[in-house]
Amino acid sequence: MKKLGLNTLSKATKVLAMTTLAAGISLANAADTIKVGVLHSLSGTMAISETTLKDTVLMMVEEQNKKGGLLGKQLEAVVVDPASNWPLFAEKTRELLEKDKVDVIFGCWTSVSRKSVLPVVEELNGLLFYPVQYEGEESSKNVFYTGAAPNQQAIPAVDYLMNDVGVKRWVLAGTDYVYPRTTNKILESYLKSKGVAAKDIMINYTPFGHSDWQTIVSDIKKFGSAGTKTAVVSTINGDANVPFYKELANQGVSAEDIPVVAFSVGEEELSGFDTKPLVGHLAAWNYFMSADGKENDAFIKQWHTFTKDDKRVTNDPMEATYIGFNMWTKAVEKAGTADVSKVQDAMIGISVPNLTGGMAVMNKNHHLSKPVLIGEIQEDGQFDIVWQTDGVVPGDAWTDYLPESKNLISDWTAPINCGNYNTATKTCGGAVAAE
Amino acid sequence: MFTLFRRVFFAVLLLSASHNLLANNADTQPSLTELSQQLISANYKEKAALADQIALIEDDQTIVILQALLDSRLYYVKSNGQLLLVDSSGEPDSAQDAFTLQAVTGLGKRDIKKIGVNNSLRVALRSLISRAQISSKHKSQRMAAAQNLLKSSDDIDRAFIDQALQRETDNSVAEVLHLVRALMQLKADQTEERIEGLTALDGALYPEVRAGLSEFIRSFSDEEKLSRKNEYQLAQTTLTDIEKLVSINGYIENLYFGLALGAVLLLAAIGLAITFGVMGVINMAHGEMIMLGAYTTYVVQLLMPEHIGLSLVVAVPAAFLVSGLVGVLIERGVIRHLYGRPLETLLATFGISLILQQAVRSIFSPLNREVATPEWMAGTFMINPALELTWNRLYIIIFSLMVLALLALVLKRTLFGLQMRAVTMNRPMASSMGIKTGWVDALTFGLGSGIAGIAGVALSQLTNVGPNLGQAYIIDSFMVVVFGGVGNLWGTLVGAMTLGVANKIFEPLAGAVLAKIMVLVFIILFIQKRPRGLFALKGRAVDNG
Repeated sequence: MKKLGLNTLSKATKVLAMTTLAAGISLANAADTIKVGVLHSLSGTMAISETTLKDTVLMMVEEQNKKGGLLGKQLEAVVVDPASNWPLFAEKTRELLEKDKVDVIFGCWTSVSRKSVLPVVEELNGLLFYPVQYEGEESSKNVFYTGAAPNQQAIPAVDYLMNDVGVKRWVLAGTDYVYPRTTNKILESYLKSKGVAAKDIMINYTPFGHSDWQTIVSDIKKFGSAGTKTAVVSTINGDANVPFYKELANQGVSAEDIPVVAFSVGEEELSGFDTKPLVGHLAAWNYFMSADGKENDAFIKQWHTFTKDDKRVTNDPMEATYIGFNMWTKAVEKAGTADVSKVQDAMIGISVPNLTGGMAVMNKNHHLSKPVLIGEIQEDGQFDIVWQTDGVVPGDAWTDYLPESKNLISDWTAPINCGNYNTATKTCGGAVAAE
Repeated sequence: MFTLFRRVFFAVLLLSASHNLLANNADTQPSLTELSQQLISANYKEKAALADQIALIEDDQTIVILQALLDSRLYYVKSNGQLLLVDSSGEPDSAQDAFTLQAVTGLGKRDIKKIGVNNSLRVALRSLISRAQISSKHKSQRMAAAQNLLKSSDDIDRAFIDQALQRETDNSVAEVLHLVRALMQLKADQTEERIEGLTALDGALYPEVRAGLSEFIRSFSDEEKLSRKNEYQLAQTTLTDIEKLVSINGYIENLYFGLALGAVLLLAAIGLAITFGVMGVINMAHGEMIMLGAYTTYVVQLLMPEHIGLSLVVAVPAAFLVSGLVGVLIERGVIRHLYGRPLETLLATFGISLILQQAVRSIFSPLNREVATPEWMAGTFMINPALELTWNRLYIIIFSLMVLALLALVLKRTLFGLQMRAVTMNRPMASSMGIKTGWVDALTFGLGSGIAGIAGVALSQLTNVGPNLGQAYIIDSFMVVVFGGVGNLWGTLVGAMTLGVANKIFEPLAGAVLAKIMVLVFIILFIQKRPRGLFALKGRAVDNG
């Protein structure tokens, strides 16, 4: 009980501290501030993941203000709650851009929320930083994608399993919505291009929040007993992972027999797990909390101080937010103004340190060049990095492994200035192509 | 090619080791201490090679070190490289010197670092350890070792298995060892040997056997299929026979999955069978009663972290009390005023469900909470190598039936049960007989909610404990109660089991998403035909319910 009390208390102080802080800022600099919009769900199903990112942006804003702000002005965070409701994301974006007149927005988690915001930021010429790994096949002038594109997460993970673990048979398991469907389509065609036969690929979709995994795990077990090394590539989303991994453990499927590599399971998700039975299963990200490095240590320390809780974990979308924020401040300084169009141009080529060492660079297609890491789950809920790419991997907006996007590239610099430029026909398909 | 290389490499290692032992020339051979020390700075590939060498050293500590490495309990002191054994908690207080086993004190968490292992290293270690443990005194260790050898039959030499077989006294372990031997025979050069191996594999259900056989069949070239026709056909029939057996076991397994899902539905729905079925209250907050039960389990585990096994036993009555009490409060505070107004009740209880969810979010955080699974609920009960029943589902099936039986007993054999039935059948009459109908209502609602709480304890072992837990089960619960027949416990039981099994029959055919939809469509059609569900109540209660 004592624990509960302390938690609530610390939360209350945090809220108090935040409101006083916000009040102080708006009093002192109400007239002349640069406004930073924060568009993350604070209630509803996505609150689990997105609240952390809101806190990350607030932490970065606070730190920037301590350093004296930006262009001599203080930063002011405007937090709204789209409540895990996709149409509300669009409304809140309009509110941020028209009413609050924010200069930049950090926000969204699910692909469907981003798709709902997209027409609004394009219409009102806003600036959105999107910090989560996603399925690609999109590039907007008004969006900077700081999370991983499929070639920065899914493809390297499959390469690792194929070359280093010797996997020959593949289960592609995912939740039934756009990100897993597109990712699996890309992976399937990639695997086939590498000579994997159709009978060695099993694809399975489950509803959101699926909790009865008995049959599927048993199917995976049978599929995996054909004598060749089998692995599961999981795009199973959020909540459904706990019962999935529990069932794996209960039916005795260990990581040594059939490893599961997940693209949506990070440190934060693992904090709700009993991780002992999961040891050895894998995840592919651009960042792990266990990465060695001065920047990472400093970031973790800053996060613990800000949340007043030294048990809080850090994860990949937080790093993507961190990189995005730092890039934006650098671009504003370079452009000498927070004006959206000028910042957009200044963003390209900007580089800031990754938390895992090395530099992240913003490319012409509004995607980052980042390293890719593979980690094995440890008993303490952290990842042990077992593999990483030699250098950085540039994000590819349009995958080369699907026929419809093979010839497309995105380049937001003159003379192309197009989100889906067809290199074969040398034409631009319009700002946002159909999916 | 690679396995061949490994085998040769291993044979050379074995030879050199035995040579050294014979010559009693241990000085030129690096000692256990030296080799183990090298683990600290080695990468994963080097560690595997080191482990191979360590395994050859005849020392009691060898297995201890390898096992500790496998279990991630082998640490070292950062400052001086001393190797430590630490217990599974990873706390430095439990540190012992890896060689002398003396306690090492005064170390902080940051002073020591674990020697990491990855999956391929774990596989290698397990195979090394099983080779040593095949001569263990304990049957269970020998069995585990034998099953492990089945997985790595490529790397072992025949003499080793033959020796182990000679020593083996237990039939079940010997059986597995025979399979290992047979799998190795498939790779032999003489036809007789291979035929002997094939015959020995007949009817073996281990997945490794199927894997070995498929690999063997694949190894035939088109000419060989003709020139070694007998052998090829024998292999094929053996494999098809095994696969037939496996698929029969698969049907039984699927039936079990269906019953297990049915048991979960039953648990979730029993409480609603009381509040909705008996009292007629459309209780949208039913799911949140389940959630409260799950959170009670979490709190109980926080209070008694040392006794995870016992905590579940304590959590059952605790969850019943917490959810039951909240149920009584809701009935007295809100629902009492809304009897006979179903739409208002629906909206009010929906509001309550949102309030409860947000309350849990504010008190415990929006993140899922971790509820540990006790040892006795983990793992499987093996009937044969192709049919393993998971313990946790088995317990939940038994538990759900116990709860149902207990509830039936309360309704049929206690004074409270009698009063409850009296009130639901004819309220004015019951009231004029001196029954305090208001209190009976409150207690009935409390009973239904309390049982939902108990369901929460069971569900905490299967799924996420988070604010949205209840939402996932509310629809299913209503479905079961409506399908089974409102106001009838047997209907709830049969309804839950039917839906569970139906879902699991559809699932392999149509996938999880479609299976769910098909079950829903089936229920809609069924309700059209029989609006009162499977077991409709007859007589007066129908009109008053």
